[in-house]
Amino acid sequence: MSRLPDTELDTTIVLNGKPVTRRIPARQHLVDFLREEIGLTGSHVGCEHGVCGACTVRVDGEIVRGCLMLAVQANGRRVDTIEGLSDSGELAALQSAFHERNALQCGFCTPGMLIAALDLANSHPDATREQIRAHLSGNYCRCTGYQSIVDAIEAVLEARREGVRR
Amino acid sequence: MKASSFAYARPQSLGEALALLGTHRDAARVLAGGQSLIPSLNMRLSSPELLVDINGLAELSGIRLQGDVLRIGALARHRDIERSAEVARHVPLLAQAVPHIAHVAIRNVGTLGGSLALADPAAEYPACALALDATLIIAHAGGERRVAARDFFKGLYSTALEPHELLVAAEFPFAKPGYRSAFLELARRHGDYAIVGVAAQARAERGRLSDLRLAYFGVGATAVRARRAAAAGEGKALDAQTVAAVQAALGEDLDPSPDLYHSAAAKVHLARVLTGRALAELAQ
Repeated sequence: MSRLPDTELDTTIVLNGKPVTRRIPARQHLVDFLREEIGLTGSHVGCEHGVCGACTVRVDGEIVRGCLMLAVQANGRRVDTIEGLSDSGELAALQSAFHERNALQCGFCTPGMLIAALDLANSHPDATREQIRAHLSGNYCRCTGYQSIVDAIEAVLEARREGVRR
Repeated sequence: MKASSFAYARPQSLGEALALLGTHRDAARVLAGGQSLIPSLNMRLSSPELLVDINGLAELSGIRLQGDVLRIGALARHRDIERSAEVARHVPLLAQAVPHIAHVAIRNVGTLGGSLALADPAAEYPACALALDATLIIAHAGGERRVAARDFFKGLYSTALEPHELLVAAEFPFAKPGYRSAFLELARRHGDYAIVGVAAQARAERGRLSDLRLAYFGVGATAVRARRAAAAGEGKALDAQTVAAVQAALGEDLDPSPDLYHSAAAKVHLARVLTGRALAELAQ
């Protein structure tokens, strides 16, 4: 049997707009890379098997589970985390709506919720309450705060639609 | 919850990928979308020596018309299928199935080929492939072979794929004019694996269904094509008596294993309930 390929690889990711390069083990998933290698701890590690959504990040503009993608798979791609999306202001309206409506309690699920909600606001601003719920179905809140989370997102979508009409 | 160490290769051509699989065989696993593989790595249910990441193989992407079939590349993401006008028009059953798969963040990454090759008994695509008599295209170092869906799914997470082979595409025959399809699934929460589901297609004409196809998932080691139930409804006026006959015959097709929450009898009952709804949808 021929020699196996490497277990560690040089990986370059455009992280929140800036390229970062590290030599990392292939087995490391993207959230561990963000948290352990880079020190960006806003993406949370919940279940590590793709159920809870706390690790949601954006890769090339699409939301993904950070625990279900190897960091080496993000090589050459653009990754946006809660830190970058907060700093850029892209999330500002959602963040203030969450704040106003108490749409978080312990806050563990909040980064994932916000990124999933932003994806909906960008792709489907006409979403109904039911569609908001369906879009967030992969994000768990164990403080049972769904009602106010949906309220907050609904308010932001409404404001966007109003803005378009004016 | 951390994967054990493995080597990683990202081949740039199909030939290179097949050479790696041919050399490392059972020690290697194919990484497509990874939405089932990576959880099993994280939980150390699987610990391959080598992952062969096929995401660099451009020839495995794309959805295209080819004669009277729609050829969908193994790397087509669930979202690609969900958004495809060709799928909605020519293989509406698949378009109806996709929203039931997990959640958007997973559908953005997970692939058709990965789901078919994994052959999870509660997954949506294998039932669609069985209902529609899809053909699976499998590549190996010496060329390609074509396997009918009914010969592909062998057992629990077991398929006709050999360790040195790679599923590269699936061909789904077009729904012909006058055909309708229905896809129904029961799950505890949206996006969960199915308790029971049905993929159905038929030619609907003046309240009669012909060429009726029913395939169930979540009811055994593999998805199941229910031929006796379909025969019980074939060509008959779709009244209460016919629906009851189809539902009764389903008991001969299905022999489900119980899961944590549902007995075998409960699963058959639920399959019958879904069947009634599916037939009503087909006949509308």
